[in-house]
Amino acid sequence: MTSIGTGYDLSASTYSPDGRIFQVEYANKAVDNSGTAIGLRVKDGVVLAVEKLVHSKLLVPGANRRIQTVDRHIGLASSGLLADGRHLANRARDEAANFRDNYREPAPLKALADRLGLYVQAYTLYSSVRPFGCSAILGSIDKDGPSIYVIEPSGVFYGYHGAAVGKGRQLAKTELEKLKLSELTTREAVFEAARIIHLVHDDAKEKEFELEMSWIGDETNGRHVPVPQDLFEEADRKAKEALENFE
Amino acid sequence: MPDMSAIVNPQQRQFNPYAENGGTILAIAGADFTVIAGDTRQSEGYSIQTRYAPKVFHLTDRAVLAVNGFAADGNMFVKKVKQRLEWYRHAHAKDMPLRAIARLIQTMLYAQRFFPYYVYNILGGIEEDGTGAVYSFDPVGSYEREACRAAGAAQSLVQPFLDNQIYFKNQTPAQGSSHPAHLPLPDVLSIVIDSFTSATERHIEVGDGLEMYIVLAKGRTLPDAVTTLRPQELPSSAGDGERVFVLKRDLKKD
Amino acid sequence: MDHFPTNWGRPKYDGFDTNATYPFHDHGHNQSAAFAGATQHTQQPIVTGTSVLAIKYKDGIMMAADNLASYGSLARFKGVQRLHPIGDYTVVGASGDMSDFQYLQHVLDGLVISEEINAQDGHTLGPAEIHEYLSQVMYSRRSKMNPLWNSLLVGGVKDGQRFLAYVDLLGVTYFASTLATGYGAYIAQPLLRKAVEGRENTLTEPEARGILEEALRVLFYRDARSINQYQIATITANGVDISGSLKLETAWGFAEGIRGYGSQTQ
Repeated sequence: MTSIGTGYDLSASTYSPDGRIFQVEYANKAVDNSGTAIGLRVKDGVVLAVEKLVHSKLLVPGANRRIQTVDRHIGLASSGLLADGRHLANRARDEAANFRDNYREPAPLKALADRLGLYVQAYTLYSSVRPFGCSAILGSIDKDGPSIYVIEPSGVFYGYHGAAVGKGRQLAKTELEKLKLSELTTREAVFEAARIIHLVHDDAKEKEFELEMSWIGDETNGRHVPVPQDLFEEADRKAKEALENFE
Repeated sequence: MPDMSAIVNPQQRQFNPYAENGGTILAIAGADFTVIAGDTRQSEGYSIQTRYAPKVFHLTDRAVLAVNGFAADGNMFVKKVKQRLEWYRHAHAKDMPLRAIARLIQTMLYAQRFFPYYVYNILGGIEEDGTGAVYSFDPVGSYEREACRAAGAAQSLVQPFLDNQIYFKNQTPAQGSSHPAHLPLPDVLSIVIDSFTSATERHIEVGDGLEMYIVLAKGRTLPDAVTTLRPQELPSSAGDGERVFVLKRDLKKD
Repeated sequence: MDHFPTNWGRPKYDGFDTNATYPFHDHGHNQSAAFAGATQHTQQPIVTGTSVLAIKYKDGIMMAADNLASYGSLARFKGVQRLHPIGDYTVVGASGDMSDFQYLQHVLDGLVISEEINAQDGHTLGPAEIHEYLSQVMYSRRSKMNPLWNSLLVGGVKDGQRFLAYVDLLGVTYFASTLATGYGAYIAQPLLRKAVEGRENTLTEPEARGILEEALRVLFYRDARSINQYQIATITANGVDISGSLKLETAWGFAEGIRGYGSQTQ
C-alpha cells in the first residue's frame, strides 16, 4: 500500500486506479493499532477475549467494555474504534431482535453475520460516510452448534475456528494454530484465551491493559455471559505464570 | 332473491371503551383544613373486582386528589397529573399551588373533550392564603370551588346529607343564633364517616374500606379528638408547611 | 360470487342466533363497503380461552387455566397453554382472544430480551413491571378503539414480594389475593375468596392446589366453554414452574337423577 493516496483516498466512493478503496484500508489501520481481540470456537462452545488497553489510570475498572451481548446466545468482541464497535453491536441487537420478531426463534449466527456484513459494506459505498473503524468477532452457539465469524471494515465476513484481530493478531494466530481447537472444552479454552492475550500484550510499548473474557457453552446454558469471577481469576493467574516461565 | 338484510335486524356490536367501576368520593373544606375521602371498593356490575383499590391520591404537601368513575381512565389521569406536577417542581423549585392544580386539571380534562376521561375529580387541599378548599370537576373539565362535594355512585345519597349538615340547608338556626361558616375537624370527620357508613348500607357499590386524607394548614395541629383515631402522617418535603394525614377505616364488606 | 357463506342469507328470521354460530353470526350485509379504504379494528374475539384463576398462598402465587381455545361454541383447540412465563419471576395467564394473547406473548418476550441485552445493568423485570407495562399496552390500545381482547392475570414473586394483579381490554387494573377472569369471576371467585382471604400467609402448596382444582372442577361443570384439562403455574422464590396438562376428576353419577338428563323420559 502506498503511503500517499494521491487524491484517491479522500472518499470511500472512489477507487484508486489500481482498484483499491483507500478509506477501507485506512479503516483496517484503525483496527491494527488497537488492542487484540480473539475468539476460540471449540468442541462445545465459544470463548471471546480482548486485551483492553487502559489509556488512563483514572478509569474505573471494567469501564468501556469491548465485549458486548447481542442476543442471549450471541456475543460480540470488537477491535478498533470502540464507538464504532458499540454502534455495530446496537445494529446487531436490532437485527437479532428483528429475526426473533419474524421467525420466532433465535437468529443463527450466520444469518446475523450476513446482515451485519451487508450493513458494514454499505459504509464503503458513499462519499458521505466513513467505513467502520472496527473489526468484530461474533461468537455464538446456535442450532448448528458453536461458531465464530469475523466482520471486517470492508464488510466481508468469514467463519473461523480461531480468530484474532488487532495489534497482536499475528502472534495470536500462531498460538491459536498450535491448539487443537476442535478437541478443547470451553473451560479449557478460557485458559488458552487468557494465556494468548497475556502473551501478545507488549509491556514495552503499552502500559496497562485489562483482560476481558466471555464464553458461551453448556456451562452457561447456551447463553453469552462474562466468564465467572473465580474462573477468570484462575485463568488470569495461570496466564501470568505461563508468561513468566515462557520468558 | 329478496333482500335478506331488510329482514335481519341490523345489529351493531361496537366496542365500548368505558366501564363504570363504582365507589364514592367526597371532600369537605374547613377553615384551615380539608378532608378528602373515598371508599376502596372497585366493582363492575354486581361483581366486586377488589376490596382495596385506592381512589384518593396524595399529590403535594397541600393537595390531594380523589378520582371516581372509570378506573382505567382514573389511574391514567392521576398518573399524568402527577407527572405534570413533577415537571412543575423541576421547573420552578416549588410545588404547584392548589388553584393552579385545579386549573391544570380542567385543561387536561378539556383536552380530551371529544374522547373524555370518564372520571369525576374532587381536588382538596390548602390554598396559598391558608384556607381549606375543595374543587370539583365534571369529566370534561367544568369546575368550581366549593365547601363540600360528593361524587360517584352514592353521590345522590351523600350530597343531600352534606347540603343539610355542612350548608345547613333546610335548617333554621335557633332564635338569635346563626349557623357556623365552618365546622371543626372532629365534626367534619364524623360527617364523613357517617356519610360512608350510610352509603355502604344503601348502595351496593360502596363499601370494604374507607380512606380519609386530612390536609392541615401551616402551623395547625390535630385536635385531640382526632389524634386518638391514630391517623398516619405522610412525609412532607418541607417540615414547617402544610401536613397531610391518612385515616383508614373498615366499611362493611357485604 | 360472494364467497362468504355468512353473507348468503338465512332461510328464516334470525335476529336471535339459534345455531349459536357466534362469533361468526350475522356478519354484515354490506361487507364490501366496510372494507373500502377503512382499517379494520378488532370488534370481537374469535378464538377464545375461558377463565383464569389465581391465588396468593404461603410460598407465592398459584395460577390455573384450562387448555381449551374455543371457536364460538366449538371446542376448537384442546391443547392450548394459556399460562405464559415472562422472565424468571412472572407468569401471565390469559382469557379472551388467543391470537391477541399470542401477540402479547411475543411483545413481552421481546421486551424481556431487549431489557436484558440492551441495558446490561443487572436489572430484570419483575411481575410489577410486567403488569404496569401490560396495563399501558392494553390502555393505549383501547384508547385507539382497537383493543387487545383479553382479560389477563399477572402473578409473580420477586425480592420476597408476592404480586398478583389483573388487567383487561379496557386497561382496567386491580390487585387482590384471589383473582378470576371470565366466568371464573362469577363462579370461582366466591369460592376462592372463602378459601383464601385471611389465610394468604398460611396456605400450603397442596392446599392452594386443592382450592384451585376444586374451583376448576366447578367451572367445568357449569362453564360450557371449559374443558377438563388444565395447567397450574406456581411462582415462588425458587422461580416459575408450569405443570404439564392435568386431567380433572369429575363425577357425573348425579346426572342420572336429573329430569331430562338421565334415562327417565317423563
